[in-house]
Amino acid sequence: MKKIINDPADVVVESLRGLAAAHAGVLRVVEDPALVVRADAPVDGKVSVISGGGSGHEPLHGGFVGPGMLDAAVPGAVFTSPTPDAVQAAVEATTSAAGALLIVKNYTGDVLNFETAAELAAAEGADVRSVVIDDDVAVADSTFTAGRRGVGGTVLLEKIAGAAAERRYSLDAVEAVARRVIGQVRSIGVALTPPTVPHAGEPSFTLADDEIEFGIGIHGEPGRERIPAEPADQLVARMLAAITEDLPFERGDRVLLFTNSMGGTPQVELYLAHGIAERLLAEQGITVARRLVGPYITSLEMQGISLTLLKLDDELVELWDAWVNTPALRWGV
Amino acid sequence: MACDANGTGRAIRAAAAVVAEHRAELVELDRAIGDADHGENLNRGFTAVLSALDAGPPETPAAVLKTVATTLISKVGGAAGPLYGTAFLRASGALGSASEVDIDGLVAALRAGLEGVKARGKAEVGDATMIDALAPAVEAAEAAAKQEGADIAAVLTAAADAADRGYESTVDLVPRKGRASYLGERAVGHADPGARSTALLLRAFAEAAR
Repeated sequence: MKKIINDPADVVVESLRGLAAAHAGVLRVVEDPALVVRADAPVDGKVSVISGGGSGHEPLHGGFVGPGMLDAAVPGAVFTSPTPDAVQAAVEATTSAAGALLIVKNYTGDVLNFETAAELAAAEGADVRSVVIDDDVAVADSTFTAGRRGVGGTVLLEKIAGAAAERRYSLDAVEAVARRVIGQVRSIGVALTPPTVPHAGEPSFTLADDEIEFGIGIHGEPGRERIPAEPADQLVARMLAAITEDLPFERGDRVLLFTNSMGGTPQVELYLAHGIAERLLAEQGITVARRLVGPYITSLEMQGISLTLLKLDDELVELWDAWVNTPALRWGV
Repeated sequence: MACDANGTGRAIRAAAAVVAEHRAELVELDRAIGDADHGENLNRGFTAVLSALDAGPPETPAAVLKTVATTLISKVGGAAGPLYGTAFLRASGALGSASEVDIDGLVAALRAGLEGVKARGKAEVGDATMIDALAPAVEAAEAAAKQEGADIAAVLTAAADAADRGYESTVDLVPRKGRASYLGERAVGHADPGARSTALLLRAFAEAAR
């Protein structure tokens, strides 16, 4: 394992110090428990939008803290959900009388810790709601698994809920728009290489040179199936089919297309894949009205991409387009 | 023979030592089917437990277990933090204010811990989770407690033996809860790291009671 680190146990906090140094005007960092907080929080009369989860998925979530998006992010250890007291501390640091919305990705640990935190915060008198995002079509949504994972759709959800809160939507209204996004967003990911968790020191799985993992999650957990490597045209078509069949997305739909690098895939391949996806969707009569391309929800240095489609309506377009000022997403400012 | 707060503390320290010793093994088991953090997270939690016990030794067995519970909940994260935290918290509740744990108290604490984990994790025997070690361990402890001349060490040894067998049984199971569930059939052939850590903890308690 070669990484630019000191002690594996200090990776998260040392990285947070760098984030704080690089973006001091937008956010501040608390070290114990570890929190990333919007610099001017709490903002009176505004619903606080809070998310969090294991580290190793940067810029998710700390890179999305700032006006127009998250009020706080709660980073856990690498690939490990944060603890309830840390989430509760984020609620206390950012929540005005308007209340707070917790955005939780559907993993057993995240759900358990955020649920417990919401109970603790409610006991202290805060008006706290939670939504659980589960957009990964690779996982059968049945009682035989922990349910679908929260993956790329999380980025879009955090932006849209954050914009709604910035516009002073009530907690009821922010929650309603978040639930609508969750109902209309679907994702799928593929991996070409595994990530290496710093404290494990070895890759999370092995793939032959001519194999790819189809339906990968964001923790290096294996996906739906292992398939032979294939040209980008075929691979992107396979990925889009998995998504569009699921919701389903249909001719005439207006969508946001999010093409995401899992951390190790360079821009040249990412844009290549995005271009194919745009063309294939156009051929199906699905209008790509908005797009996002880049490494936004990653799995350390894993090579691979994910595709996310969000079915849009006028309100979602408006909230997506609204100004945002965070380290990783910034426009209209 | 009963077990007072000091004895409970010694058992917890023994458990922490075993977790530290098996940290890499638990990471490796988890790497195969999950996200390679179980040993790291549990070791971080039990290291904090040792500091908490050093800072102010609790006065009753229940207070020891409550310190373990709150420390694990606030230091471990993932699914293991809330699940083990709940187990120790419910076990603590079952002991009440007694100054010593007797066999009945021990069995009640183990049962309460199991019910807590089931309630929080919503898993059952056969889902390939820590329940596959803990549930048979509690049943074995209850059976052993009824034997003539049973003592705490014998009850805990029976529990640890059953937990070992339960852990081994997870090799053949298709996981239905937690991150391993995303593998489905592909996880068959791999033991569950949570069941392994449960078996290790119970073995440490049994050794400490000898």
